[in-house]
Amino acid sequence: MIASPAVLTHDLAKSYGPIAAVSDLNLTVKANSITAFLGQNGAGKSTTIKMLLGMVRPTRGEGTVLGKRIGDAEQNRKLRQNVAYVAENKPLYGYMTVEQTIRFASSFYPDWRADSEKKLLHEYRLPLQQKVKNLSKGMRTKLALLLAFARRPELLILDEPSEGLDPVGIEHLLQMLVAQAAEGVTIFFSSHQIAEVERVADHVCILNAGRLVMNASLDELRQSYRRIDFVFPSTPPEREFCIAGVEKIQSAGHQLSLFASRNADAVVERGHDLGAVSIEVVPVGLRDIFLETVKEN
Amino acid sequence: MIYFKLNPNTGQPLYLQLMQQIRHGAETGALQDGDQLPGIRTLAEELVVSPNTVAKAYSELEHDGLLELRHGSGAFITVRRRTRALTDHVQVARRRLNKLIEQLRDEGLLDEEIKRAFEAELLHSAELVRKP
Repeated sequence: MIASPAVLTHDLAKSYGPIAAVSDLNLTVKANSITAFLGQNGAGKSTTIKMLLGMVRPTRGEGTVLGKRIGDAEQNRKLRQNVAYVAENKPLYGYMTVEQTIRFASSFYPDWRADSEKKLLHEYRLPLQQKVKNLSKGMRTKLALLLAFARRPELLILDEPSEGLDPVGIEHLLQMLVAQAAEGVTIFFSSHQIAEVERVADHVCILNAGRLVMNASLDELRQSYRRIDFVFPSTPPEREFCIAGVEKIQSAGHQLSLFASRNADAVVERGHDLGAVSIEVVPVGLRDIFLETVKEN
Repeated sequence: MIYFKLNPNTGQPLYLQLMQQIRHGAETGALQDGDQLPGIRTLAEELVVSPNTVAKAYSELEHDGLLELRHGSGAFITVRRRTRALTDHVQVARRRLNKLIEQLRDEGLLDEEIKRAFEAELLHSAELVRKP
């Protein structure tokens, strides 16, 4: 069974005056998967997320979240019942205590999971009687996560969830995301933590200057991206490597280094045929893929 | 029980790494016929990877006949005769490789050079096989 996508946008765009924050965005987030949303600061990630949730009105284009149109006020209200969102700045009422905040939030959701709430309260060691305004940044993040996780949403959207968390907190967050995904929750989260993304995500979307420059499965990326280093007996024949998929060529002395998004086999064969005395193929991590993709565009 | 180690930077999908480690476990005897593997959710949380990664590895192994998925009760190893035959085969091949490597070392090649030569030839021949 192929489930319809959790998020689908068509030429979605947002401009603030002459400045385009997001342009012609055609985004697909697969249901029942973990999708990471990467991009530099100011690339338009938060604007995109806010458009999906009806918090920012798109300048052009349209989209659906869980099959509901984001531009339609009534449908948008419905879709938000099934979407949990953890905002970047974790807006909470500072004058409430942790306990009051949890009671207040849970009163809105009939599906509230008291068992998850209890478990997380224990694991996060949140001080129930402390006022939210006196919480540390990490505790505030944990409270915001608890409110989202205990809701039993269909789709969980998190904007920079690991911000303010220490390495133990990040590890715990990732385990929570995995546990949610195992229960069938679709997860879409933005992050700068590439090493973490690389472990848990099924798919990666990269936004650069408001444009979607990559939307691929991590398995595909792992299998297709390679750096290929050659050593030739004489000056390397750079021109011979105009092969589809070769994104970058660098040469130094007798060495030639290529960055390929696909067709690594063809590149290796070409090098072999041209008499390379050494051929080395190195897999490329998501960090390098991200940096190359962002630089190139 | 065996410990799994997944490395996101080897250029190989995580589900394939998991499949290979389970297969390797069965071939070496670390996993025996009838052994139970952790459930998808448990293993995903333990390895901190997407549940889809574990689910894909398990379902591919089931397809290969090395794993039996029983609804609600988990995944069980099924070691068939073929797996054992394959194990013997691999052992024989390794002994032959060992001899060749010793020979190359005697001829003065360094391990790093041998490794690169192997990799280059494997890459090249893989390409030839795919394009007959």
